[in-house]
Amino acid sequence: MNAAFWVLAPVMVLAALGLLFVRKAVHAALLLAVVMMSLAVLYAVLDAPFLFAVQIIVYTGAILMLFLFVLMLVGVDASDSVVETIRGQRVLAIVGGLLLGLVLVVGLAQLSLGTAVGLTEANAPGNIQALADILFSRYVFAFETTSALLITAAVGAMVLAHRERLTPKPTQASLAAQRIRDYSDKGLHPGPLPPPGVFARHNAVDTPALLPDGTTAEASISRVLRARGTVRSAPALADDIEEVQRSLEGRRTPTPGVDLAPDTSPEGDLDTDGGRR
Amino acid sequence: MSVTPYIVLSAILFTIGCVGVLTRRNAIVVFMCVELMLNASNLALVAFSRQHGNLDGQIAAFFVMVVAAAEVVVGLAIIMTIFRTRRSASVDDASLLKY
Repeated sequence: MNAAFWVLAPVMVLAALGLLFVRKAVHAALLLAVVMMSLAVLYAVLDAPFLFAVQIIVYTGAILMLFLFVLMLVGVDASDSVVETIRGQRVLAIVGGLLLGLVLVVGLAQLSLGTAVGLTEANAPGNIQALADILFSRYVFAFETTSALLITAAVGAMVLAHRERLTPKPTQASLAAQRIRDYSDKGLHPGPLPPPGVFARHNAVDTPALLPDGTTAEASISRVLRARGTVRSAPALADDIEEVQRSLEGRRTPTPGVDLAPDTSPEGDLDTDGGRR
Repeated sequence: MSVTPYIVLSAILFTIGCVGVLTRRNAIVVFMCVELMLNASNLALVAFSRQHGNLDGQIAAFFVMVVAAAEVVVGLAIIMTIFRTRRSASVDDASLLKY
């Protein structure tokens, strides 16, 4: 149990320090997860198996997931600004923090707590049973108040996150009318967009469809793909196919001289016929 | 084993969380640092519970966790509301009350 502490304590301190220096909030959340999981193990070492489970379920499972969800909504790139609004605030904060840490650590190192009593006696009926015994007798009022707090928090979060709809919800009829209006005003195509091309070589959404005259249909590709610059060129793919076909033909008739002879190739015959006419 | 190392670790974590709240500018990271401070105090409570041999410290840590869960829910909802109106999660940008 000593080993668990001395292994986990440096990990926790390093992860917590990383919280101060990482630039992306997602990395901060992951470092906080490291600290919380290590704390859960320390709770288990300190004879608190119930808190071990609650720490993992509530903190790592629920609260950190909530953090990650909000990061997803707010945007991962919401990074820190380096501009100081209060002059010298950062330096003062670091100096003050160092002083606080120094005072706390030195002061705590000075006092001797003596040998720990240990929880073997208090945990005799089982940790959860003993906790329930206290929770539902001496702390029952606080426990009941907690339920009111949780209800208030849930309702408050819903009220805060709720957004009032200011415009009426578009119906299918209004969308269709808008489409026809766009067609009459701006000449936009009222029907669905053309699907992307489907070729023997490459069957994917990043290949534009080909129009009958051989040009590509711009509307068949998502604008996101075009903005990223990952659109494939369909004519290039067609060239690839012709190249493969040519190499296959070349393998079938290894002597190129025979190919060029007008007697063997029907196309050559046609060509020569056309030339004669 | 004495619980003093646990208390010292808790003090260090609390200090780091404190400095983080004061120096970071992203509201979500500031919130994470607050969580770190709450966790550090929880560790101290559990360690003292073991030192004194009664379970009141663990009950207190349990209540801290419950309050922290409620606080995170409301706080993150506030951050989201501010982000929705101001397109920024920086604590410096929410300064309208100053003027």
